[in-house]
Amino acid sequence: MSTTQERTVPSICESFGNERSRMMDIVLEVQDKLGCVDAETIDAIAAATDAPRVDVESVVSFYSFTSQKPKGKVVIRLSSDVPDIMAGALDVARGLEEELGIRFGETTPDGMFTLEWTSCIGMSDQAPAALVNGLVMPSLGPGTARRGVQILRERNNLEDLQGTLIREYGDGENSHDLVRAAVRNNIRRPGKVIFGRMESGAGLIKALAMSPAEVIRGIKTARLRGRGGAGFPTGMKWEFTRAAGGDDRTLICNADEGEPGTFKDRVILTERPDLLFEGMTIAGYAIGAKIGLLYLRAEYSYLREYLEHVLERRREQRLLGSRVCGKEGFEFDIRIQMGAGAYICGEETALISSCEGLRGDPKNRPPFPAQHGYLGTPTSVNNVETLCCVAPILEMGPGWFSSIGSAGSTGTKLLSISGDCMRRGVYEVPFGTTLREVFEMCGASEPAAVQVGGPSGQMVGPDDYAREICFDDLATGGSLMIFGPRRNLLEIASQFMEFFIEESCGYCTPCRVGNVLLKERLDKILAGLGEKSDLEYLQKLATTIKTTSRCGLGQTSANPVLSTIENFKMLYERLLKEPEEGRQRSFDIQTALSQAQDLTGRESVHFKQG
Amino acid sequence: MNNNNQKISLTIDGVEVQGKPGQTILEAAEAAAVYIPRLCWMKNLTAAGSCRVCSVRANGRVQSACTQPIGPGMVVENDTEELRELRRNLIDMLFVEGNHFCMFCEKSGECELQALAYRFGITAPKYPFMFPQRDLDASHPEILVDRNRCILCGRCVRASQELDGKHVFGFVGRGTTKRLAVNAPDNLAQTDAEADDQAVAACPTGSLLVKRVGYAVPVGQRKFDHSPIGSEIENSDVQD
Ligand SMILES: Cc1cc2nc3c(=O)[nH]c(=O)nc-3n(C[C@H](O)[C@H](O)[C@H](O)COP(=O)(O)O)c2cc1C
Repeated sequence: MSTTQERTVPSICESFGNERSRMMDIVLEVQDKLGCVDAETIDAIAAATDAPRVDVESVVSFYSFTSQKPKGKVVIRLSSDVPDIMAGALDVARGLEEELGIRFGETTPDGMFTLEWTSCIGMSDQAPAALVNGLVMPSLGPGTARRGVQILRERNNLEDLQGTLIREYGDGENSHDLVRAAVRNNIRRPGKVIFGRMESGAGLIKALAMSPAEVIRGIKTARLRGRGGAGFPTGMKWEFTRAAGGDDRTLICNADEGEPGTFKDRVILTERPDLLFEGMTIAGYAIGAKIGLLYLRAEYSYLREYLEHVLERRREQRLLGSRVCGKEGFEFDIRIQMGAGAYICGEETALISSCEGLRGDPKNRPPFPAQHGYLGTPTSVNNVETLCCVAPILEMGPGWFSSIGSAGSTGTKLLSISGDCMRRGVYEVPFGTTLREVFEMCGASEPAAVQVGGPSGQMVGPDDYAREICFDDLATGGSLMIFGPRRNLLEIASQFMEFFIEESCGYCTPCRVGNVLLKERLDKILAGLGEKSDLEYLQKLATTIKTTSRCGLGQTSANPVLSTIENFKMLYERLLKEPEEGRQRSFDIQTALSQAQDLTGRESVHFKQG
Repeated sequence: MNNNNQKISLTIDGVEVQGKPGQTILEAAEAAAVYIPRLCWMKNLTAAGSCRVCSVRANGRVQSACTQPIGPGMVVENDTEELRELRRNLIDMLFVEGNHFCMFCEKSGECELQALAYRFGITAPKYPFMFPQRDLDASHPEILVDRNRCILCGRCVRASQELDGKHVFGFVGRGTTKRLAVNAPDNLAQTDAEADDQAVAACPTGSLLVKRVGYAVPVGQRKFDHSPIGSEIENSDVQD
C-alpha cells in the first residue's frame, strides 16, 4: 500500500466516525479517491471500523459502482436498458469498441478507459445514454461517442470532464452552476399537483399549526397512496410508524428510481427539490422523526451537490434544523445517503440495509420497517413523488386532492414515457387516464405493445388499450415503454430477464437460480429450438419463482415471461415445434460429439457430419 | 416471554395444533410432530428464510415457515401437491446451480440436500445443469471448503457468529456471482476456524468437511440411509 493510501483510508473512515453503519459512504469515498477498493484497502477499512474484513468485502462486492480491481481513469457505463437498445445503444457500443480497441468489460492497456454496460440510468427519454465517471451523456450516437473519446484523449484533462465533453446544458435547473448537465427535463405535460403549481411553502406552515395526528388524518382523507409501486396508503404507513414505540423514528425518501424506464423522480429532484424536502419535513413531523434520509441512486450523483445546496439554504431559512419554522420541540434535518448501483436497493428493506452500511439484501418481514427499520428505529419509507403530494394536500386541502383522479386512486400520476413515440418524457396525468389517451398525448400511433410498470410490470397489447392507469386496474410506478410493430417482443422479454439476473441479490433460491433458468429456456425458444412442451415448462418455472421468492424483485421478475405468454401467446406458438424422431430440438449431435472427436482425432462412424 | 403458558391454536393441513406465542410456523409444527421440509434453517440459529424450501401457505399466502410467526386461528397448508411441487422445483434448482456428485461425495447419506431429494422422489433434476466454475479451498489443515457443493444456505455464516462467537464466513458478490467467502484475504487457513467449530458441522451438504474422517461411518449406517429426512420429527412425541 502506498503512503497516500495509508493515510487516505483511515482519514476517510474517521470522517464518518469510524462507524460501520456508514460503510456505504466510506466505501464510496474510498472508491472515488483511489479508483478501487482492493484487498489491502479492505483490510484498512476493516481495521479502522473494527468490522470483520469479510463484511467489508461483502459490501464492496455487492454494488455495481464499487470494485475491487482498478478500472480505467475514465469509466464509460453505457445503459443497457431496452429503450437504449431500441435507440441504438449497440451501435454506440460498437463505435466505442472500435475507437478504443477493447471490448465491453475491458480496460485499455494504458489504463485510461474502461467500457461497461450498466442497468437503466434513468435517461430512457434521451436514449441511448451513458455515464462517464458519473457525468451523464444523453442522446448519444456512435459518432458523438467516438468524438467524445477522441477529445478526452487529446485534451488529456480529466479534471473538468463537464467542460471538456458538454457543449450545451439542459433546460431548467440542469444548467444550474452546481448541476451543469446535458440532461433535458422533457416535462411534456404539467399537472395540477406537482409540476403545474408554484411552490409556496404554505403546506409546511399549515402542517406545523396542526397536531401530527391531524396531519396524518389529512393525508388519509386525501386517500394518498404510495407512488413507488406498491400503492400502500401513506397515511396508514405514517400512523403505524408513529404508533411504534421509542423516541427515535426515521423517515426515508426512496430516490433509488431503479425500475427500468422510469425517470420522473429525476425530474422532480431537478425541478422540485423544495417541494420534496417540504414533504419530507411534514412527514417527519407527522411520524415524529428527527432524521430524514434521502436515498439517492448513484446514477443521479450529478444532482448531489445541487441538492446539498438546496438543503443548506433550507437550513439557513430555518426550514430544517432545530425548531423548524420556530416550532418549539420540532427538530428535523435531512441527510443524503448515496446508493452505489443496485436496483434491489429500491426495495424498502434492502434500502434500509444499504443505509445501515450493509450489502443490499432485503430483510425478513416481520418485523416491518414501521416497527423496526433503520438501525432498529420505526421507519417510514416513501417514494419521491408520494412525498411531493404532501405539501399540496396540506395547502389546498384533502378535498381538493381527492377531487383529482378516480375514486380509488386520487391525485395525479407522473408517467415516464419512452420507446416508440414522438414525444418521450414526463407526463403528469390524473389517475384514470387510459392507455389510448396516453398514446394520443405522446404521439404513438398503433403501438404493438406497451410495457406498463417496467420489467416488473406487464406487457399489454391492443386489447388492453382502453384500460385505465390507476391502482385498481393498471397499477404502475409510472414507467411506460412503447413498442412499435417492428419490435421483437420476446427478444425484449429476454432482455428484461437479463436485467433481473443482473440485479437479483442472490439471497433466495428461486430468484437467484430460477431467473437464469427462465431466460435459458426463453432464449432457446427465440433461437428456434423450442418445443411445444416448453410453454408449460416456462409457466411452471415462472410460477415457482413468483410464489416462493422472498421479496418483490423475485415476486415480479417472471412477469416478462408470464405476461407475454398471457397476452402474446401466438408469438411463442409461432416458434414452437414438435420434436422430430423423439429427439430434443435443442440437441445437436455434432456439437455433443465434437469434444470427443477432437480428443480422439477421429470422426464418429455412426453420426457423420453433414 | 412471560406469557409462556398462553396457547395459540392454529391448523396445519386441517389438523389443529397448539403453539406458543413467539413461535414460528416451523417451530410450532415441529413441536406438534409435523415436519416442514427445510434446508437453511437450523435449531438455535437466527432464521434466514433464504432457501424457501419451507414455503407453506399461511392464511392463503405463501410464506417461509421458518420466519413467519404463528397467529391465532391461522390456517396453514403444508403437505399439499402445490407445495410439494414448489419444493421439488426449489430443490432441483439447488442441484443444477452447483456441482453435486452424490456418488463421489463423502457426505452421501448424511447430506440434507440429497436426503430431501430422496424424500421428494427426485432422481434427476428437471432443469438443465449449469456446471458453474467454482473453487476449492484446501488450505486449512483440518477443514476442506468445496464451493461446488455449497448451496448458499448461510448456516456456517450464522453458526460461526451465533454459536462459535467467531466470524469465519460471509457472503460476497450478488446474484449469480454470490459466493461463500472467508474472513481473510486469501483462504481459510488464515482464519481462526477450527475443525470442531459448530460452523463446520452446520453445513447441510459436503461443502464444509473435516478432513480424514469422511468414511468413519460406513455407507449403510449413515443418518438418512434407513429412514427419510424429517422422520425423526414425525416420529417424535407431541410437545405441550
Ligand atoms: C425490486 C424493487 C425495487 C423497488 N424500487 C423502488 C424505487 O426505486 N423507488 C421507490 O419509491 N420504490 C421502489 N420499490 C418499492 C418500495 O419497496 C416501497 O414500496 C416504496 O418505496 C414505498 O414508497 P411509497 O409507499 O411512497 O410508494 C421497489 C420495490 C422492489 C421490490
